Amino acid sequence: MENKIEIKTAKFTVKDLMSDQDVRWCPGCGDYSILAQVQRTFPEIIDSPKEDIVWISGIGCSSRFPYYMDTYGFHSIHGRAPALATGTKLANPKLNVWVATGDGDLLSIGGNHFIHACRRNIDLKIILFNNRIYGLTKGQYSPTSEKGKVTKTTPYGSIDYPFNPTMLATGSEATFVARSIDRNTKHLQEMIKRAGLHKGTAFLEVYQNCSIFNDGAFALLTDKETKDDNVLVLEHGKPMIFGKNADKGIKLDGFTPRVVDLTSGQYSKDDLWIHDEFDESPVRATILSTFTEVPGLPTPIGVFRQVFKPTYDEGMVAQIEDVKKKKGEGDLAKVLLGANTWEVN
Amino acid sequence: MAKKKEIQQLNEVTVRFAGDSGDGMQLTGSQFSNTTAFVGNDLNTLPDYPAEIRAPIGTVYGVSGFQLHFSSEDIHTPGDSPDVLVAMNPAALKKNLSEVKKNGILILNSDTFDLKNLKLAGYPTNPLDDDTLEGYTVFKVPISKLTEKALEDTKLSNKDVARCKNFFALGLMYWLYNRPIDNTIKWIEEKFKKKPEYVEANTLALRAGYNYGDITEAFTTRYSVEPAKLPKGTYRNISGNEATALGFLAASVRSGLPLYLGSYPITPASEILQYLSSYKNFGVKTFQAEDEIAGIVSAIGASYAGNLAITSTSGPGLALKTEALGLAVMTELPLVVIDVQRGGPSTGLPTKTEQADLLQAVVGRNGEAPVAVLAAKTPRDCFYMAIEASRIAIKYMTPVILLTDGYIANGTEPWRVPSVDSLPKIDVKFRKEKEGFYPYLRDEFLARPWAIPGTPDLEHRIGGLEKADIYGTVNYDPDNHNKMIHLRAEKIKNIENDIPLLEVDGEQEGELLVIGWGGTYGAIKEAVAKARTLGYKVSQAHFQYVSPFPKNTGEVLKKFKKVLLPEINLGQLAKLLRSEYLVDIIQFNVVRGLPFKVSDITEKIKEVYGGKNGK
Repeated sequence: MENKIEIKTAKFTVKDLMSDQDVRWCPGCGDYSILAQVQRTFPEIIDSPKEDIVWISGIGCSSRFPYYMDTYGFHSIHGRAPALATGTKLANPKLNVWVATGDGDLLSIGGNHFIHACRRNIDLKIILFNNRIYGLTKGQYSPTSEKGKVTKTTPYGSIDYPFNPTMLATGSEATFVARSIDRNTKHLQEMIKRAGLHKGTAFLEVYQNCSIFNDGAFALLTDKETKDDNVLVLEHGKPMIFGKNADKGIKLDGFTPRVVDLTSGQYSKDDLWIHDEFDESPVRATILSTFTEVPGLPTPIGVFRQVFKPTYDEGMVAQIEDVKKKKGEGDLAKVLLGANTWEVN
Repeated sequence: MAKKKEIQQLNEVTVRFAGDSGDGMQLTGSQFSNTTAFVGNDLNTLPDYPAEIRAPIGTVYGVSGFQLHFSSEDIHTPGDSPDVLVAMNPAALKKNLSEVKKNGILILNSDTFDLKNLKLAGYPTNPLDDDTLEGYTVFKVPISKLTEKALEDTKLSNKDVARCKNFFALGLMYWLYNRPIDNTIKWIEEKFKKKPEYVEANTLALRAGYNYGDITEAFTTRYSVEPAKLPKGTYRNISGNEATALGFLAASVRSGLPLYLGSYPITPASEILQYLSSYKNFGVKTFQAEDEIAGIVSAIGASYAGNLAITSTSGPGLALKTEALGLAVMTELPLVVIDVQRGGPSTGLPTKTEQADLLQAVVGRNGEAPVAVLAAKTPRDCFYMAIEASRIAIKYMTPVILLTDGYIANGTEPWRVPSVDSLPKIDVKFRKEKEGFYPYLRDEFLARPWAIPGTPDLEHRIGGLEKADIYGTVNYDPDNHNKMIHLRAEKIKNIENDIPLLEVDGEQEGELLVIGWGGTYGAIKEAVAKARTLGYKVSQAHFQYVSPFPKNTGEVLKKFKKVLLPEINLGQLAKLLRSEYLVDIIQFNVVRGLPFKVSDITEKIKEVYGGKNGK
């Protein structure tokens, strides 16, 4: 599989995608960037006409997203977006269905729908706006908030362990798992394109800053001073190198990733872990997911893993066609009669 | 050579088969039903089985039963108490004996009345030897041994031989009630096509049972029930769950919309999902979701995209679907939710029937969230109400809840199969034109346009937040909210102009009207008929529409001095009717997990009359 993005002939423009609604996120919210990058990339990646695009969301700040896209949109109820999107996709498999969701929406109340969407490999693109906080309810800790976090509902610090979204997605057998950051617009665009072109459940986690309730949660990964030493940009087929001067690398010792110094002469690029996006095994993608939990390791962004297998929606269509072929087109009169009838004269 | 046996004519018979849940009693009962239907009797059945799939063998709580009422006349219930009990073990006898009619017939598998089984059933002494069975006509038949003997030349294992004994019992019952065995043989041949040794064994057992009746001296009389005078046509036997599935299939065909079912298995509704999963060649999409919520929410997503979308469940599942129902109300999308009611609250009595989800269906949501609520009254009525629920959902762009219950879902009755052309056609108008399109601009029925994704130039957003009148954008204005609350209520209320009036059977006004809703129809009908033969003046009216009520409801209720309402709950419809029409209702509430007995309702009618029969 070529890791190249084919640019489609645009059937609509960026402007066509802007709805007449005023965008009402807080000033400085990372959601603005996600909206902008989606609008910028869609004309390039979406082959179908605009009316075939559907955005479905749950509840939370991120879930206001559909209102700002001039496509079909459905702002549903808390946590249920993947389930609603599943019904929409199955009802009309031609549709290009996207889910906008947040960490509370997808991983707390909607956790069950999320893992099952991944497992089924239904052709949905799920963008997780992860700000590690409940914003719309004004600042309670979320299932991705770090342990010890002080919020309105955890005044003495959270005793909850957070979920690791990419690990959860990988473990649930999502066929596309990626991460990006709101401030890294180029990278985010690239990831949206990759997710959009994937066939099957595509999961894209976007680190998104909540300027009101969790400002600076990802500062280490976005500030000029610190980002290079803390972010590892994953590229297929390339050794894992990071650091301001590209002076650090990741070496995999068995299952244990280690940061090595490329300047001391002890290690060279040849010693490093070469990223393989298309690794059939989920093991390496899982190890990548653990980076955020290990002090000293950089935070990976990029495509963790992309594999290809038939989708649920394709399976449903194929099965219907197959049964029609075997049994013939359904005949209602015959089915109503059933197997045993008798005549009354 | 056996003596020629006397044949006695009967008008009606109620039979109950009972045995361990592994004894195949449901199969035996349904085979007897099919054959009985085939010979032209009217019939009605009631399976009664434990929630445990295979409870410990020989215990009372592991007993599975199947009751069947058949007649040469029109009947509407599975019969109050059996004339005949076939009990395959002591536990089956223990559990069912008290319900058998005095002087009733007991056919007992005497081989199982050993110390171990008697102890398991809780019999301190053997009822075959003491006076427990006094007053009954008892036939002690060594069914196990006779089956073994009949199958001694086959190569089946002992275990497999033991599993054939229900066919022996069935054969004996066919002989006793003078029914042919060919239907069942045909069924066996089809069922075990790939296992000829089972075809042989089960057929041998069936014939052995039949011949045993003929040969043994024990049975001196056979019974015969003449065919019923049913309207001309082609008939089949049907259960409520199958009728429900077929109804939605028909609605799909008659509307031209693909059918989408999002569902999660739950007793006693799972069969609807199972049946519809087999109709893939109609393009039916069945989605077994990860939970009840995903079932309904995916159906809302499918409805949004233009399918005829439904979800099937039972009480606990309806509770889980509550929030999503509100979403369907707010987004005004067509959706049918089928609730096959079972005993509640909580997990309750999963395999038993009840009518206690009515208020949950009518008002059980946050906010003012009106939906249409329909209730099927018999197994075959489920078919027509499924079509009707679909019609209303589509025409009014609204969720509709269709209530059935465990009794009519599992119960069966003969159904005169309608021609496809005679079924109502359901008009569907997808909005296509851009000119004048507003997502919440209503038509004359107050329905908003159905503009599905994929339609050029109609891109719009909907959701659970309050909608601006006409435009459908998010709106927090107080007056708009007030208006939308009223509009949504009015839309549902208006459906009353589009449904049949409440029909009164019998005198149109007078002393006593017995009303009911849903699955109690048959019992009330027979009770009213019985009361009339005793000289009581009683009329009957039955609700298939509970939200909105038929337009003439208040008028009908006020024409009678007294209104009696039997319900398998604590008076839920009574509450609704009182608050809506300010009429008094005499409640009759028995909540045993079982359908009403005809005699209970007849007694209640007598009681309402104060023992005087109105003369």
